[in-house]
Amino acid sequence: MARISLQGIRHSYLPEPATEADWALKQIDLDWQNGGAYALLGPSGCGKTSLLNIISGLVTPSEGRVLFGDQDMTDTPTDRRNIAQVFQFPVVYDTMTVFDNLAFPLRNRGFTEGDIETRVRETAETLDLSDRLQQRAAGLTADSKQKISLGRGLIRPDVNAILFDEPLTVIDPHLKWVLRSKLKDIHRQVGSTMIYVTHDQTEALTFADQVAVMHDGMVVQTGTPVELFEKPHHTFVGHFIVSPGMNVLPCTMENGQAHFAGTAIDADNAGIAPPSGAQLEIGVRPEFVSLDDTGIPVEIRNVADAGHHQIVDAWHGGHRIRLLAPEGAPIPDGTAHVRFDPPHTQVYADGWLLTEDGK
Amino acid sequence: MSLEFRNVSKRVDGTTHIHPTDLVLAPEGFNILLGTTLSGKTTLLHLMAGLDRPTDGEIWFDGKNVTGMPTQKRNVSMVHQQFINYPNFTVFENIASPLRVARLPIDDVKSRVGRVAELLKLSPMLDRKPSELSGGQQQRTALARALVKDADLVLLDEPLANLDFKLREELRDELPRMFADRQCTVVYATSEPGEALLLGGHTATLHEGAVTQFGRTADIYRRPRDLQSATVFSDPPINTAPIRKQGDRFVLDADVHWPVESGEQELADGSYIVGIRPHHIVPHASPDHPVSLSGLVHATEFSGSDSSIHFRIGAETWVSQSRGIHPTEIGGRTGFWMDSTKCLYFSADGQRVPL
Repeated sequence: MARISLQGIRHSYLPEPATEADWALKQIDLDWQNGGAYALLGPSGCGKTSLLNIISGLVTPSEGRVLFGDQDMTDTPTDRRNIAQVFQFPVVYDTMTVFDNLAFPLRNRGFTEGDIETRVRETAETLDLSDRLQQRAAGLTADSKQKISLGRGLIRPDVNAILFDEPLTVIDPHLKWVLRSKLKDIHRQVGSTMIYVTHDQTEALTFADQVAVMHDGMVVQTGTPVELFEKPHHTFVGHFIVSPGMNVLPCTMENGQAHFAGTAIDADNAGIAPPSGAQLEIGVRPEFVSLDDTGIPVEIRNVADAGHHQIVDAWHGGHRIRLLAPEGAPIPDGTAHVRFDPPHTQVYADGWLLTEDGK
Repeated sequence: MSLEFRNVSKRVDGTTHIHPTDLVLAPEGFNILLGTTLSGKTTLLHLMAGLDRPTDGEIWFDGKNVTGMPTQKRNVSMVHQQFINYPNFTVFENIASPLRVARLPIDDVKSRVGRVAELLKLSPMLDRKPSELSGGQQQRTALARALVKDADLVLLDEPLANLDFKLREELRDELPRMFADRQCTVVYATSEPGEALLLGGHTATLHEGAVTQFGRTADIYRRPRDLQSATVFSDPPINTAPIRKQGDRFVLDADVHWPVESGEQELADGSYIVGIRPHHIVPHASPDHPVSLSGLVHATEFSGSDSSIHFRIGAETWVSQSRGIHPTEIGGRTGFWMDSTKCLYFSADGQRVPL
């Protein structure tokens, strides 16, 4: 096991990248501590699979270094990186029993049959596969097969890291939550460095202590689930995490006061001077907008019943402001006022959260 | 225009796929078929489209018996979960294809494709091939083709299931607007209760080939007729447990009991099943949630804004869903608080009481 560092990683699939758009990965610097649970979260095309392939050695980055502990692994081939990987679709030998499938990675590496027996029993226990060890894999359902794949990823005691690439894709929605929380549990028991790649926020936030959100070849924020919800560092994070996403509204700043469409808005970071010429926006999540007697005048155009809350579309100056109202709360017809909760209202410059240190 | 099932059933090789069904769909807004995989959603859509014939019963559309009428004669359009487009046609040709089949003059074709493309934000992509589009754009193209021909009946079979979460959210917002000005019956199949709620309209809950309830979506959600309908329309699943009514209290166990509300006083003392949705149980005391419970935490999940905590209470596994990220120790005992005024009660055979 080891700490994993990605230093100044850039990657292009083109032989001679010219513009910034030619880079699949624009600039990645990440430090992952030994034994941590991490996730790479982003939409399709954001570069998360490229990054995973760079860690596992399937792709050599155009620029930058990959370190495991102090050892430079950038040019080391996959089979010498000592990494276990679990893929989207089950990789099992149908003709073998569940036991032999689990034992396979150990037999390949010359473990004794005694050690194999112990490890297989332990791993099967963790994944609730103990009563099926003598069954052939062929007759099992897709999710049982995927459990075997997970088991094969977890079984080696000596790996540097375990990489999961969208591992719950084939799992029936009604079983997903069981495995989602199971994986978290397994991390606690096993203690290996685990990196989980997914576009599903619930999977990422449930599994990982630290989630790296990727957008357009960059990591736009690394943080805990609470940080990503309460203080998005980029408007993309506010938009991508949680449904409905953060309201992003154009604003101007004068003497430390933000204004949105003619109304002064109290924002948490409005005291910081924005870079000149930057496009300024206010970000506030629908959870932190409320109906009030005074505040920003709005016209209410739509109310959607989401069961546990109502999603209200309020409009002001040609901009939609979404807010959440409790189940059953009366919503005024036509005109109303809304207010933003100041500690959860932030100013963004060119998409990035305005901060003291300018980044 | 209204679609009606009169005692329609479907059996294949002696296996019942659809139990005898009477159903009159709403002529406006969305009609949602909600149920898990294999509950019969696609079979019902195929019967509506005329792709499949009922074993028994009649299907009426717009006052006419259309049982057995072939699909081509029905002015129906359908969108599937898998994006289906002609790979060698451009987006324009894909959208125009139903109009070409109907031999519309080219100027009409151009103006109608233009209008639909604008609505679906496809105008800049009309000259591209489907392979040059993102998944969301491919599904928009398939939707555009269903919209362009002014069908009387539009059938949408889990059209958003294969899209990324954020694209799904965007299209789900737009879909009801696309059909707002149209005179057509829309049927939308989904396995996600949240999607059904947000699309509104009317919902039919489905379980193992039977429609368990049909009505306004919000009514079905808040006033299910039976436990099966409540279960189909709840994600995470509705929490249930056997309880007893004793005088003016409902009793779960020696420590957990709550007052009988005025609407439930007519119930005789005895055994019932309580149903309570996950968001009516929270992991912190509050005036709205006066009934305290104690549970053994079994799993915790975080969506971006909410925590779902799965816990054991007696022989049951229940879920609490609440705003905020609440890390809880797995295996530990934690307090939960319930809003008992939101409880639903069912008789032992699963019928909602009092009716």
